[in-house]
Amino acid sequence: MKALCWNGINDLRVERVPDPSILNPGDAIVRVTMSSVCGSDLHLLDGYVPTMKAGDIIGHEFMGEVVEVGPGVKKFVKGDRVVVGSVLGCGSCEFCQTDQWSLCDNSNPNPEILEKAYGYAGAGIFGYSHAFGGYAGSHAEYIRVPYADNGAFKVPEGVTDDAAVFTSDAFPTGFMAADMCGIEPGDTVVVWGAGGVGQMAMQSAWLLGAGRVIAIDRFRDRLAKAKQFAKAETLNYEEVDILEALKEMTGGRGPDRCIDAVGMEAHTTGVEQYYDKAKQTLRLQTGRPAVLRQAIMACRKGGTVSIVGVYGGLLDKFPMGAAMNKALTLRMGQMFAQKYIPQLLDRVAAGEVDPSYMLTHKWGLDQSPEGYKMFKEKTDDCMRVVFTP
Amino acid sequence: MDTYKSKMSDVLDTQHILPPATGSSHMNVGTTERIGSVVGGALMAYYGFRKPNFGGLILAAAGGALLYRGSTGYCPMNSMLGRDTADAKDISIEITRSLTINRPRSEVFQFWRQFENLPQFMQHLQEVRQQGPKRSHWVAKIPKGVGTVEWDADIVQEETDTLIAWRSLPTSDVDNAGEVRFTDAPADRGTVVQATISYRPPAGAVGGQLAKLLNPAFEQMVKNDLHRFKQLMETGEVTTIEGQPAGAR
Repeated sequence: MKALCWNGINDLRVERVPDPSILNPGDAIVRVTMSSVCGSDLHLLDGYVPTMKAGDIIGHEFMGEVVEVGPGVKKFVKGDRVVVGSVLGCGSCEFCQTDQWSLCDNSNPNPEILEKAYGYAGAGIFGYSHAFGGYAGSHAEYIRVPYADNGAFKVPEGVTDDAAVFTSDAFPTGFMAADMCGIEPGDTVVVWGAGGVGQMAMQSAWLLGAGRVIAIDRFRDRLAKAKQFAKAETLNYEEVDILEALKEMTGGRGPDRCIDAVGMEAHTTGVEQYYDKAKQTLRLQTGRPAVLRQAIMACRKGGTVSIVGVYGGLLDKFPMGAAMNKALTLRMGQMFAQKYIPQLLDRVAAGEVDPSYMLTHKWGLDQSPEGYKMFKEKTDDCMRVVFTP
Repeated sequence: MDTYKSKMSDVLDTQHILPPATGSSHMNVGTTERIGSVVGGALMAYYGFRKPNFGGLILAAAGGALLYRGSTGYCPMNSMLGRDTADAKDISIEITRSLTINRPRSEVFQFWRQFENLPQFMQHLQEVRQQGPKRSHWVAKIPKGVGTVEWDADIVQEETDTLIAWRSLPTSDVDNAGEVRFTDAPADRGTVVQATISYRPPAGAVGGQLAKLLNPAFEQMVKNDLHRFKQLMETGEVTTIEGQPAGAR
């Protein structure tokens, strides 16, 4: 089959690779019909996520058709139209059973890498480096889906592919960001980053009772979409002083809930020895937490900062004093796909949210390297390129 | 005594079963003598092989014996004479690791108690055969397909649902012992499995140095095996990506 393979920094190639096969009883093989780029893939392209190997198939936000199931799969048969969560969960460990799926004890076959870096390892993620399991990703004609009974979900009749594909990753991530905020009726919610995840966080904030939603970015087209589709007020951080603007917009109180949907913009700093060792092993680099610092400074006393933008290593000049003395609540984590996807599919089916506006470009797999280039450079008002293998 | 690190069983205040010091791990030559033996033996062997006559052959043979004595730390002559100059007698490598498994204690114990099950998650074990109520035969693969090592082991302690301890019989390829404790995790979180695996490195202190180098890998192996045990118990399968597609590496 054809697949998009990572071959080094900013070196993506479409290659011929063997078809996947069932390796464990709980596996299913899915013929990929749609597979989206994601902002977190850019960290892979730029070499900021360690433990990538040449030849790794990337991609983690996808949907498709079940073509084969292992003997342990009970929920699916050949021909089912499914969306699959980007994070894998075994369904049986303590964390999966308490709906904290991205903390799964068992779905990462290489836990030793993250145990060294973080103390304990989290779940495997499709197409997202060997530290996160080394699973082959979805920018391919077919993909093996382990623990299919947990990670795959039938798409309801009437929900289009263009909308369903984003319930794999962007929507549940944005929804979890809003959910972690603990929004109370009438709260002002600010979202840093108006890309796919940010847009979904804004939509979700409304669903969970926000009284006001404010979007921050620098790309006009993305702010325009936030305004048009997510009914957000918008701020361009290249044009205004964000802290001052937010204070004025909230009568001097500050926003109640702040969401970081941006994450790391990596740069390197020297740190203590243990980290150096991990870094040496993992080629980890630290993030540049400009957004996180600003969110902590902007947040009202007693408010919540919710972090779904991806961080990998250590941060410099983290404003702990502000967080501590304002009694902020910090919530964060990789998203719990399996917890949120069923209700999000229902909400899309009910017409509460239609994520399909984020799909700005639909291309074949052969054009995927160019697709990533466009997505990275954000030309042609690109929000999400979706490949149709 | 060579100290590798404080033994986890001491930290956790649990007793541990020591592997027997016999066979390949036995040593009765001290370090200074061994260095002398290696250097002298090598020289003798070198000159011996250069002389194509009977005297040369004897010199080479004697050199070879000295080399063996020096590199293994075991001298048959010392053994006959009851002479023992070894300065590092108690070399045993011990790894203790704990994991919590979200299954009932009796189920986890029963699975482990069937030693035939162990190769399902212990990557380097090829086979374990139960040969009697206490006795079992173990076959382990040497990494990189170099070959196998085999030994017999006896269960030396067993308390249903609580503890199994076994020890290799004297004169095994690798003197080793293992002990696994099973306790209830707090708040219905399943079973805590605490495994202690220990072995005496072959070939005395030279082996000890080698083992020091290999120890991190061995420690990782024990950890990985426990992870696989947990996967198998909780999900019924061992998580894998082996055999999945990838582009040209």
